[in-house]
Amino acid sequence: MMPPASFLVLSAVLFTLGVVGVLVRRNALVVFMSIELMLNATNLAFVTFARLRGSIEGQVIVFFVIVIAAVEVVVGLAIIVDIFRSRETVNVDDVDLLRG
Amino acid sequence: MELIVFVIAAAAALAGGIGVIASAQPVRSALSLLLVLGSLAVLYLLLAAEFIAVLQVIVYAGAIVVLFLFVIMLLHARTGEGRTEKLPRQRAVGVVLAAVFLAVLGYTLLTAAAPPVREVARGFGSAESVGGALFLGYVLPFEVASVILLVGIVAAVVLGLAKPVT
Repeated sequence: MMPPASFLVLSAVLFTLGVVGVLVRRNALVVFMSIELMLNATNLAFVTFARLRGSIEGQVIVFFVIVIAAVEVVVGLAIIVDIFRSRETVNVDDVDLLRG
Repeated sequence: MELIVFVIAAAAALAGGIGVIASAQPVRSALSLLLVLGSLAVLYLLLAAEFIAVLQVIVYAGAIVVLFLFVIMLLHARTGEGRTEKLPRQRAVGVVLAAVFLAVLGYTLLTAAAPPVREVARGFGSAESVGGALFLGYVLPFEVASVILLVGIVAAVVLGLAKPVT
């Protein structure tokens, strides 16, 4: 088997790419995709540790992360569509008012 | 053999990750995300996680990316990013902070003492073994997850309802 550190480093780099995406991009959809990228990076770390320790719990956690990510995407995209309907924008800098 | 597969899949994942954050058009970001998810499924197979790999393809690649593509096409008018910056230098600061973050993560990963890799039995990571753990040890979280899914469906319907014009 490959050394686990190589998977973990890949996971760290992917997570950082997601962080950069959230911090740098202003399009709400791209920010959202970057969050998915970070979730996937942590999933890779969980699966690596599950293999490393020979324990199935890591994969069970990934199962739950995937389920919650699906819910999060559905609700988040519904919110983005709703904001677009009322403001005609998906730029996160343009959504800076507390009132609707 | 494993090394070749790992190198190709890791390179594809990194290229996709860069594509997600660097593409000018959201559609290209979504397709790059698909590339990342597909190559991660390959890596899961290398790590003896068959069931998770299948789940990744079905749920992430099959459902989540398609949902992203639908929304991008729904909102295709004016999805570009404006030239005006409300927070000057935010990009530079963000990149620097992310680099520091990566340095800390990398230092921790590369200096930590790695425990020896355990041998796993045949069938580790199959649908049977994950399902067994799920239904024997984690029934309550599983049921709670189903409730969360239901809440998500209801929330999406309520948010998507046409608002009465006021």
